[in-house]
Amino acid sequence: MREGKLVFWLLFAPFAAWIALLIVIPHIDMLILSLREKVAPRVYETGFRNYADFAASWVYPWTLLRTVVFSIIATVLTFIIGFPVAYYIAKIAQGRTKAALFMLCLLPFWVSEIVRVFGWMLLLRETGLISNALQGLGITSGPVEFLYNDAAILIGLVYTSMLFMIVPLISTIDGMDDALVEAGYDLGGNGWTVLTRIVIPYAMPGIIAGSIVVFMLALGNYLTPTLLGGKSGQWFTAQIYSQFITRFNWELGSAFGFILLATSSALVWLLLRLSGQSLSNTLGR
Amino acid sequence: MKREGRGGPTAASPPERSNDVDSFSADLECRNLIKRFGSFTAVDDVSFAIPKGSFFSILGPSGCGKTTLLRMMAGFARPDAGDILIKGASVLDTPPNRRPVNLVFQHLALFPMMTVAENIAYGLRRRGTPRADIARAVADVLGRVGLPDAGPKQIDQLSGGQKQRIAIARAMVLDPAVLLLDEPLGALDLKLREHMKIELKQLQHEFGTTFVYITHDQSEAMMMSDRVAVMNAGRFEQVGTPEELYFRPQTAFVAGFVGDANKLRAKVIAADGTGCKLATDQGLTLAAGLPRKGVAEVGGMFDIFIRPESIAVGTAAQDSTNRLEAVIEDVLFNGAQSRILARLPGGDVIEALLPQSGEAEPLRRGVSVALGLGPGSVVSFAATGA
Amino acid sequence: MRKLLGTVLTSAAFALVGTAGSAETLRLLTWGGYAPESVISAFKAETGIDVEVTLSNNEDMISKLRATGGAGFDLAQPSQDRILGPQQEFGIYKPLDLSQIDQSQFIGDLYDASVAATTVDGAAYGVAHIWGVSGFAVDRSVAGDIKTYADLCSADYAGKISMRTKRIALLGFAFAAGEDPFAAYSDPAKYEEIITAAATAMGECKANVKAYWSGADDLLAMMRSGEVVAAEAWDATGFKLNAEDAKWNFVAPSTGALGWIDTFTIPAKGENDAAAYKWINFVMRPDVAAQIVNQAGSFSASKGSDELVDPALRAAYQEAFPPEVISNIKWFPPIPAGLEDIEGRLLDQIAAQ
Repeated sequence: MREGKLVFWLLFAPFAAWIALLIVIPHIDMLILSLREKVAPRVYETGFRNYADFAASWVYPWTLLRTVVFSIIATVLTFIIGFPVAYYIAKIAQGRTKAALFMLCLLPFWVSEIVRVFGWMLLLRETGLISNALQGLGITSGPVEFLYNDAAILIGLVYTSMLFMIVPLISTIDGMDDALVEAGYDLGGNGWTVLTRIVIPYAMPGIIAGSIVVFMLALGNYLTPTLLGGKSGQWFTAQIYSQFITRFNWELGSAFGFILLATSSALVWLLLRLSGQSLSNTLGR
Repeated sequence: MKREGRGGPTAASPPERSNDVDSFSADLECRNLIKRFGSFTAVDDVSFAIPKGSFFSILGPSGCGKTTLLRMMAGFARPDAGDILIKGASVLDTPPNRRPVNLVFQHLALFPMMTVAENIAYGLRRRGTPRADIARAVADVLGRVGLPDAGPKQIDQLSGGQKQRIAIARAMVLDPAVLLLDEPLGALDLKLREHMKIELKQLQHEFGTTFVYITHDQSEAMMMSDRVAVMNAGRFEQVGTPEELYFRPQTAFVAGFVGDANKLRAKVIAADGTGCKLATDQGLTLAAGLPRKGVAEVGGMFDIFIRPESIAVGTAAQDSTNRLEAVIEDVLFNGAQSRILARLPGGDVIEALLPQSGEAEPLRRGVSVALGLGPGSVVSFAATGA
Repeated sequence: MRKLLGTVLTSAAFALVGTAGSAETLRLLTWGGYAPESVISAFKAETGIDVEVTLSNNEDMISKLRATGGAGFDLAQPSQDRILGPQQEFGIYKPLDLSQIDQSQFIGDLYDASVAATTVDGAAYGVAHIWGVSGFAVDRSVAGDIKTYADLCSADYAGKISMRTKRIALLGFAFAAGEDPFAAYSDPAKYEEIITAAATAMGECKANVKAYWSGADDLLAMMRSGEVVAAEAWDATGFKLNAEDAKWNFVAPSTGALGWIDTFTIPAKGENDAAAYKWINFVMRPDVAAQIVNQAGSFSASKGSDELVDPALRAAYQEAFPPEVISNIKWFPPIPAGLEDIEGRLLDQIAAQ
């Protein structure tokens, strides 16, 4: 009995230390920082002025809204593109093909995010591959700029998050008895109704798990929107970065951080609510 | 277990070949179906017709092609040759979702994310049935399968037997011409399986729909069916009523597969127009009727089948044509199904049913006992590949 | 698993021994090009001190030092205007002992200016190292007429210019409007008025901007491909392009280039001040300074070093900086604490609008 306790604590201690040192303590520190008002150099008061500053200007709420909306769009696009891929890998591909396709999804992750983003910049820029190809084929007369706009951000985000949608989808769809699909047809369903009434509802825990991860990744992404986005393509994380690093305003930056945390938590809660899923049967699987 | 109220239009008439049922009174007819997977022929020229409202089983060991045959009927596989007709019309080009056939899957394939009522309503919704009619039909079919209050339940709240009934209800609510069942009792435990056999048969009566039942379990097939097709290696060995299969097997495979039998190999040592005499290698000699297959010529090798329940034990053996002295090797006690393993003088060991009387009491290991066999109990077929 | 753990522990132990055991290390927080490999090895050969370089920029240096209260580095190189405010607010530097620095190696004006600009409560915190200006990098073959921020924003160059959403561009717009924001540093209300007007002009110019650049490599890529023909830029960027093709060069705004001086400062919790002073005196030798200039593309406060730099670089410099431009340079004065908050809000608005 005492030995069991010891083993428990030995196993639990690293986890507890990790949670405490890397998550709880920094967050408490951030919270305290966000409630600190700068009055004069090295003079501070406690209050909610940083949060008030967020709401006072249209700039920050607007950037947050933009970030949320684009993250949602990126999540939906990732699902639309990822679902057929996951279904193919889980149900249609066999043996080596299956493993090879899965590796293919993993491939972009062998290089760092910044390399991936630069890859897209090479493709999309005005003097890049796609623009040149279009001109070469005579489809357009002049160079076309695909970079520095919101569509480029979405392409980058979808590309970066695809794996995180596909993996949970494969694992749920893989567990589905093929007979369910056959039963769906046998009882009179067509391809569309089988997809919408049976496959998608069955895969819902995977869809929600994937969507939560992709949404959080998009919302918290910094590099992709900063490098691919246009001159108005502000991302909320870039605002946080700029408050911390460029403006030395850690107080406002912390407040922004907590506002982002609250927003994403609220949206994830809403998503779980609307889809009738719970955290334990989606991410906890 | 006794089968009562067995009926059906063909139960009384014992047609030798299923094709006798003409296409117009048949709900489902298959003509010369062939299905190959590469060089392997899974279904090899199978033809049969199933009369309206009957319970038809396809019985065979795993890998015999029965599931492939079922999938062709349901529309999930396309035959390489032959035709499938439902109510006289070919359905080869009808996709599964438009065939008037429904399937109860081996693992039932109830939709786990829907309630019982939603599962049942699924097919009706696809047909565009008005909402009120759907509710009525769902309530009605739930009543008929004896689960009137199950509608709002989740699938995982149901017991194995209840799931079974819901799967049938889900298919039956669509009023199919034929209901296909793919070993649906396989996943149930023994007691429940015994119970569900009776229930399935009763449900079939209740709905009056043609059932095609696939199984490898002979007791399921025998107990429920009006007619049974015994399938082996892609072909139908014999189609007939359970009694025919039991009492008059036409092939060695059927004799061995349907019911229990002691299987021995013997040579004809004498024969005339009414019967023959057979001897095993161990020197056991038996008088038998004419072989079911092959001609009894002296020196011919035959496979012989003797059912344990056709062997008379003890005093009952006195008047038998073949009277054998044996020593009991072992007693396998199983209530009414208890058996003895008896060693014959030549060394052959055969199983016999223990008589249901006090006479069985002193029978124990090492005791000598008399066994008796009538010539009709020794069923023989010309040996293949001997 | 055990083997892995063993390896990790051993390497961790070696890492510890490595830092503690080596004789002396100078941890330098500086800009790209300010500590070339050749200079580091020459310094090591002469003094036996290893130099560990961390590349950074102004904001990042201040953030890094602020996060540790001035620990982790022995020498840092922020611009002279970014010392006073952060020092008052965060106390991240320690006063310099000027007696340890060989003043004879410095260009007197730059030395005095940097000391004056970084003096807090009577103690000097920085001395000049590298100086340069901000103006425009221009492709003169297609945009030879660009001389001011107003030219940059003319419809002729719509979609073909770039700048940064940083305070330098704001100040540039303010000077272009005929104001003197540096003079208004001491009057926050006046400053806010000037800089808000500049932000409006910068916001109106946004339509002309192809993309705001954030790193010199971004800008170089856009200029080389011809996607951008003129941009707010450092002189070093202009010189670098000039070395590739003479059609590009740095162009000083006619309203005055904005001059910056990167300094040497010692972080508050620096652990090797002796090595830091040795490094300062070493890199200010004319021959060493010239090597750094060749690498960094900006000029040194080391007296006599410009005679020794690469002739091509000197030619580009002389073309870009005739005497009247030099005399018109607006040197960044120290930024009083708080002004950057105003600018930050305005820049955020421009970025979001």
